[in-house]
Amino acid sequence: MSDFTLDKVARNISEWLRGEGPMHEIVISSRIRLARNVAGRRFLSRADADEREHIAEVAATAVRKAPRLSGYMQIDVAALDELHRRLLVERRLISRQHAEASGARRVAFAVDETSAVMINEEDHLRIQVIRSGFRLDEAWDEINRIDDELEDQLEFAFHPQYGYLTACPTNVGTGLRVSVMLHLPALRLTSELDKVVEAAKELRLAIRGLYGEGSDATGDFFQISNQITLGRSESEIIDDFRDQVIPRIVDFERAARQALIDRRAIALDDKIFRAIGALKTARLMSSNEALQCLSHVRMGLHTGRLQSIDLTTLNELLLHTQPAHLQVLSEGRSLNGQERSELRAAMIRRRLGVSEN
Amino acid sequence: MDMICEKCSKEPATFHVTEIDPDKNKMERHLCDKCAATEGFAVMSQPNSMLAEMEKIIAGGKTSLSKAGKLVCDECGLSYVEFRNHGLLGCPHDYDAFRELLNPLIERAHDGGTSHVGKTPKRLGGDHKAAQDLARCKRLLADAVAAEDYERAAKLRDKIQELESE
Repeated sequence: MSDFTLDKVARNISEWLRGEGPMHEIVISSRIRLARNVAGRRFLSRADADEREHIAEVAATAVRKAPRLSGYMQIDVAALDELHRRLLVERRLISRQHAEASGARRVAFAVDETSAVMINEEDHLRIQVIRSGFRLDEAWDEINRIDDELEDQLEFAFHPQYGYLTACPTNVGTGLRVSVMLHLPALRLTSELDKVVEAAKELRLAIRGLYGEGSDATGDFFQISNQITLGRSESEIIDDFRDQVIPRIVDFERAARQALIDRRAIALDDKIFRAIGALKTARLMSSNEALQCLSHVRMGLHTGRLQSIDLTTLNELLLHTQPAHLQVLSEGRSLNGQERSELRAAMIRRRLGVSEN
Repeated sequence: MDMICEKCSKEPATFHVTEIDPDKNKMERHLCDKCAATEGFAVMSQPNSMLAEMEKIIAGGKTSLSKAGKLVCDECGLSYVEFRNHGLLGCPHDYDAFRELLNPLIERAHDGGTSHVGKTPKRLGGDHKAAQDLARCKRLLADAVAAEDYERAAKLRDKIQELESE
């Protein structure tokens, strides 16, 4: 698979930004990940180059043989340049850790990007299924089937007491991580976000930014995920998210949006219209500023304060203004920070239909 | 001058407390350690036993540390100390090789969870799954009883009987 094909992938919209599905005005995407390791093999921290290569080969073959995964694109991540690795991170097909690691490693993903298997990340296999909107059950059904099919090809390390064994004991048991990406601009504007963070801590949930571990919550996008993987079944973990955690946060955000409309409509509109103004007129725009503006415009769209932009354009911009996408879409020219800001601003104006002059 | 215990009138009073009786009358009590203990206030030996506890913990920490220093997985060669430094295990066998030291860590990381509940590889057959279903139902039953949800408890009891007869 060549960089050229990846360059074409860059033009598509990622599944997670499709802007569809239940509660999509707040729930951006639902993702489930399973961590699996091949039985009888060392975990990657103790595997030498040969063993690493062998595991990559075995896992890649299993992916090719599994009926649901047979059409997946397989990419040798180790052979990709840094730009294209970052492109995959921005599309959430691989983690930052996977991009920055060394040694044999791959990724296989469905053409529609709804599912992916990272090979030789922290564990031998990290399977993920992602759906736009709030669709955890659908994601679970799919990932469970993928897992079954991979298990027909591979024996996974499993312990009678601890369940599925993982390189880090914090993932042991189900190996399941549910991550729901939420857009919470009103909770942030009303300074109520701390309460969500506090409650999440209490419930042993992790809250992270757009790109997972170590990323900040630019643009008011937050990922909420479980940390407990042992002693609770997959369905218990998912039930909690589906029935308790997410509906409550969504209700809270909705109430905050309503409160802004009822009591601080001018301040709310000011944020929204300043954002659209900046997007339409700026000549230099950093990716953080773009994210923040797009976030406020998205809120404007979903609260009905603003109609002059469609969701698809907005979601495309969220993805395409990211640094690696911007660079790939400008034919991979190497750009410095200021050039990127200039190009980003121009791309946004063009997509928003602003006539130049 | 030091206050003398109001009960034995011998030892110095080291324990001072204001009690409120059922009629809301306040009453100050000044007792020595021994008498406070017999009255059921402070446990006299508490400071000492606390110290003993701490010593035990420290000593225990030392043993587990020295034990940890020597603990090495014979399959992948990873030492427990290396694991603690990097947070990643070296092979599936580490879970057994380091079991004694790992188990408390796992328990803490998973909010008390020490045993897997949920999906089991097909190759291990349905038995394992049935056992897990049974364990889960028993847990849910305990929850239901605690919540005085007897309708649900009855259903779970039926389900448990069904699973046990299989």
